[in-house]
Amino acid sequence: MFDDLQKRLSSAFKRFRVSGVLTEANMKEGLREVRTALLEADVNFNVVQDFMARIQEQAVGAEVIKKVRPEQQLVKIVHDEMIATMGPSDPTIRFEKTGPTVIMLCGLQGSGKTTTSGKLARLLLSQERRPMLVAADLQRPAAVEQLKVVGEQVGVPVFSEVGVDPVKLCQNAVIEANRKGCDTIILDTAGRLHVDDELMAELVQIEKKVRPHHVYFVCDAMTGQDAVASAAAFNKALELDGVILTKLDGDARGGAALSVRKVTGVPVKFVGKGEKLDKLEPFDPERLVGQMLGMGDIVGLVEAAQATVDAEEARIQQEKMAKGKFDLEDFRKQIIQIKKMGSVQDVMGMFPGMGQMTESLGNIDADSEIRRIQGIIDSMTPRERSRPDLIDIGRRRRIAAGAGVEPSDVSGLVKQFDAMASFVKQMSQMSMLDKIKAMTGLGRAAASNPMAKLMTPKVGTGKRLSPKEREKLRKQREKEDRKKRREQRDQPGA
Amino acid sequence: MAIKGILERFKKGLAKTAQLFNVRSWFGRKVDQAFLDELEGRLIQADVGVAATSRIIESVREAFADQTADENLVAFVKDQLKELLRDPSPDALTVSAKKPSVYLIAGVNGSGKTTSIAKLAQRLRDQGKSVVLAACDTFRAAAADQLSIWAERSGCEIVRGAPGADPASVAHDACQRALARGSEVLIVDTAGRLHTQTHLMRELEKIKSVVQRQIPGAPHEVLLVLDGTNGQNAIRQAEVFTKSIGCTGVILTKLDGTAKGGVVVAVRQTLKLPVKFLGVGEGIEDFQPFDAEAFVESLFS
Repeated sequence: MFDDLQKRLSSAFKRFRVSGVLTEANMKEGLREVRTALLEADVNFNVVQDFMARIQEQAVGAEVIKKVRPEQQLVKIVHDEMIATMGPSDPTIRFEKTGPTVIMLCGLQGSGKTTTSGKLARLLLSQERRPMLVAADLQRPAAVEQLKVVGEQVGVPVFSEVGVDPVKLCQNAVIEANRKGCDTIILDTAGRLHVDDELMAELVQIEKKVRPHHVYFVCDAMTGQDAVASAAAFNKALELDGVILTKLDGDARGGAALSVRKVTGVPVKFVGKGEKLDKLEPFDPERLVGQMLGMGDIVGLVEAAQATVDAEEARIQQEKMAKGKFDLEDFRKQIIQIKKMGSVQDVMGMFPGMGQMTESLGNIDADSEIRRIQGIIDSMTPRERSRPDLIDIGRRRRIAAGAGVEPSDVSGLVKQFDAMASFVKQMSQMSMLDKIKAMTGLGRAAASNPMAKLMTPKVGTGKRLSPKEREKLRKQREKEDRKKRREQRDQPGA
Repeated sequence: MAIKGILERFKKGLAKTAQLFNVRSWFGRKVDQAFLDELEGRLIQADVGVAATSRIIESVREAFADQTADENLVAFVKDQLKELLRDPSPDALTVSAKKPSVYLIAGVNGSGKTTSIAKLAQRLRDQGKSVVLAACDTFRAAAADQLSIWAERSGCEIVRGAPGADPASVAHDACQRALARGSEVLIVDTAGRLHTQTHLMRELEKIKSVVQRQIPGAPHEVLLVLDGTNGQNAIRQAEVFTKSIGCTGVILTKLDGTAKGGVVVAVRQTLKLPVKFLGVGEGIEDFQPFDAEAFVESLFS
């Protein structure tokens, strides 16, 4: 249901011609789509209204740039305006020169405070700080145990006490931190509703007595229209210094961030992705805006690729491929490389417009498909990897047993790999992005066609061919096969 | 009396929503575009969503265009919402003829699964039923501890595994325990997972199939816990979870804040998933069967 905005707009613009200037009349439908997209991204209604007024001002009268389609231009206007609204990001934490810096986390129940505490502690460790976690959530059963486990995982001391009120506990924590030589304190407070006066008063008490240097509001990216109400209430009570947006690894569009920023003026500092404790990232407005508009996360992908791909290795492979000397061993290396970047699903989600594709994959698990292929290759000897034609029935059986698959899966992979000869040559000209697309296509083909594991599924043209046409196609295929065989024969070592 | 008690609770929880639908101010106004825009804004602010809202607006436009808004219009909108939310089978939860009845609970992280299970277990205990809880959340630190504390409070038996253990094995043991003890109800708690994490959704399917194999016909209910403060993403959650494990109902939580929980309307409209329970407070008693009449009435009273 979340089409990406650009696609939506192009369908809206199809209904009428836009020529020359974007006028109020021809813009109306396009703007309506923008509005719907924002509302479906859970941007607050009032913020959207306000926002739309500003967009309209800019859009109407803007000259349609030649070669740029009007929907692209409108998306650009929206995109830029949203980034402007988000404001510059500042993921730094100012530390006190003397004494420990106290950071207090607050938020609604289930927004992810405890997990975020752990992530923040890890981030601080990487900045050469000595953090201490404080279990100030005495409400939820076992919350203290959870924080203790998190602290152990990160390798950070956790301060907890029983039988005291949270205010006293936080005060004691500061004393303890001084004693232990910890320079940063993270207070993990209990989740509470902003309408719960009693618990809000408790927070205010902690704030008054402990004087935290930073108060961060932990906000679930999936929050709907109510985000504004809760953030505003917390801001009013505590004077927030920043927002940490969590659960952004899902497909929520995170419109809450825009609303919260607009209404409270508090900047988003970090974003949390995933339950693993290493994934607190500095907030990047451009990336989030892209996500809200369904435009993918190219920056994230490039970063992930840069972080994992060894440049030298990549160059060697590129050369090999260009020469057509690409064997199963190289293929395996590529799989490992892509796997390092995250799950295939994750990686796919980062492409603009690929969100739908991930969806269309549906139940087909590209990740396990890739794992399966790697398993088969792993079970081969190096010699078999470079010369798959050596694989006879006996070897095939051995490989299948090693990888826990059927022997037919092995021959399926080998066959497909042979068929990839020309494909590989294309790959050598491809960017990293295209390679992944090609590979996931492979995974899909395999899962949807259990008989010939790795063959591409037949796609109906809607028209049954005449016997004559079929004969023609058959001859063409045979010709190609012969050509392929000839090429292989001519390659030394293959 | 009981009905009235429920109504009161709803009213309390949803008081803010009712304010939003400030009904009186509608009377006497002309039903024109400005009026409809305002109505639309209000529904969207209640998280009803764009698609569901447009449908309601369209039907209001058709029925009342250029008339003056009055009680009829209010009744009309109410009926629209009620019609949408009415559950054809008002029985709260399916009870299996053979013991135990198995209820599988799933949802995204932090939606309130464990708390909801605690409340549900208490409710069933109050009805005099014997309950076994399966702590299949072996991932989140101390999740099983949290459930244990609740189990102790409500007098339920709990089956748990080592941290990091295969949740399906815990489900298996819990089924065996429930069968051996002749317990009436088995509630399976699962780890929170985002619906985009395919491998975790697979894990959930595995838990379900293990339960199915142990107890034919189980799980008798698959309840999806939705956070009432969530916006439109809740629809995606409902879609994906339903596709994966065939949800039979929804537990809507955290309605005691200012969140409107209107996404229920959209969930109902797109997936036909009935809302079974509402969580409207922190107390163990603040957990009520969903009643479309009361829910909608409380919006307008």
